[in-house]
Amino acid sequence: MPQKTPLYQAHVDAGARMVDFGGWDMPINYGSQIEEHHQVRRDAGMFDVSHMTVVDLHGARCRAFLSYLLANDVAKLKIPGKALYSCMLNDEGGVIDDLITYFIDEENFRLVVNASTREKDLAWVNKQAPEYGVAVAERPELAMIAVQGPAAREALASLARAEDREAIMALSPFSSGSFGDWFVARTGYTGEDGFELTLPGEHADGLWRRLADAGVKPCGLGARDTLRLEAGMNLYGQDMDETVTPLESGLGWTVAMKDDRAFIGRRALEEQKADGVPRKLVGIVLLGRGVVRPGNTVHTDSGEGVLTSGSFSPTLQRAIGLARVPADAQSGCQVDVRGKMLDAKIVRPPFARAGNVCSGII
Amino acid sequence: MSSVPSELKYTESHEWIGVEADGSVRIGITGHAQEQLGDLVFVELPEQGERLDQGESCAVVESVKAASDIYAPITGQVVAVNESLDDDPGLINSDPYGDGWLFSVSLDDVSELEGLMDAEAYEGTLDD
Repeated sequence: MPQKTPLYQAHVDAGARMVDFGGWDMPINYGSQIEEHHQVRRDAGMFDVSHMTVVDLHGARCRAFLSYLLANDVAKLKIPGKALYSCMLNDEGGVIDDLITYFIDEENFRLVVNASTREKDLAWVNKQAPEYGVAVAERPELAMIAVQGPAAREALASLARAEDREAIMALSPFSSGSFGDWFVARTGYTGEDGFELTLPGEHADGLWRRLADAGVKPCGLGARDTLRLEAGMNLYGQDMDETVTPLESGLGWTVAMKDDRAFIGRRALEEQKADGVPRKLVGIVLLGRGVVRPGNTVHTDSGEGVLTSGSFSPTLQRAIGLARVPADAQSGCQVDVRGKMLDAKIVRPPFARAGNVCSGII
Repeated sequence: MSSVPSELKYTESHEWIGVEADGSVRIGITGHAQEQLGDLVFVELPEQGERLDQGESCAVVESVKAASDIYAPITGQVVAVNESLDDDPGLINSDPYGDGWLFSVSLDDVSELEGLMDAEAYEGTLDD
């Protein structure tokens, strides 16, 4: 039996098509995935992301612990509330998971990790934490709602306590704050402005319905996937996993190696850099009709690669994907789609953000 | 669950077959099939005049989620294809038994129709 989030009944009442997603009964769409996609690019949509794992860290040496645990450097978190995207690596430099760290105060940090990697993430964090005296507490009683789109922030703030509205609207990108039992972060996985709200599970259903009344439309995992793909954001388990490094996953920008900070996986990354990173993750745009899918082979002048994500882009009205290809592959390529070689080009993601196609993509 | 029109015939692979006034048959995918696929974004149809054998893969419908083969439910020659699907494959979602039809075929052997399911039998295959 898959697990249900506190919003399960709200999804069923809204006519959602439910699917088993990594052991959770989740909405794939509420009718039309494409309409939900456009709703987020043009107005405001909401996603139940309560299946994601919230982990609170507590201890005087939290920062030192995270400095060692993560490939990005938590020294960048200078102001309480700030958030940082990072990979968590194994000793070989492979990606155990990607996650967001929230700096609450010097003794309290919050991690939000993927649902599909929950067990191995907790095992890994718990393995490293004792040396730093850091307490690790999962927060399964919390629900999480992502409200995304150009009108999303206003919509959520209008439902906050009157005294919190101004401060919520004043949150800068990649910042968070606590407002009563709401934890609000200006983050997301769609390429649009918006908030990710964490709150007690028992309050989630009521707020979800009030957001719907305020014009925020429920959106399923289907739209979430095409939105994140257009935004050029990796999906763990598909675009990267423990067999590849962040340097081969378009995430070199999240690895902080300029100073001599020790972190798990650093030595492996240094070796890979010295030898030359063999592959890179790029964007693919199909020139004609058809849809590219994960697993399709990509043929470039520098050799073969493979599509890790691929779908139809509602914003571009053509097929796009992410592909791992030889490091020196450039511009033109062909994708083997069900035995047919279709012309495509290599681009630098994102494909679309803030409602528009990015320059140089089409 | 969408209702299954009683005047049509069906296959296990979720195609519907409707006999036209001129004796040709019109073919599409069922309401259940389009619901399972989600939003259709791309359709590849057979050529007009093409010969089809029963059970042969003859068309592809692709949704955001997946590509799905369409199998010829009967043997015959393609006499018409629904060209409006090129611009608006979403017609299959909005009107699977009407404007979302795929193509029409002139039958070689009318008795092949008898081997297809009626609405009740098809509906029976959809029960969990």
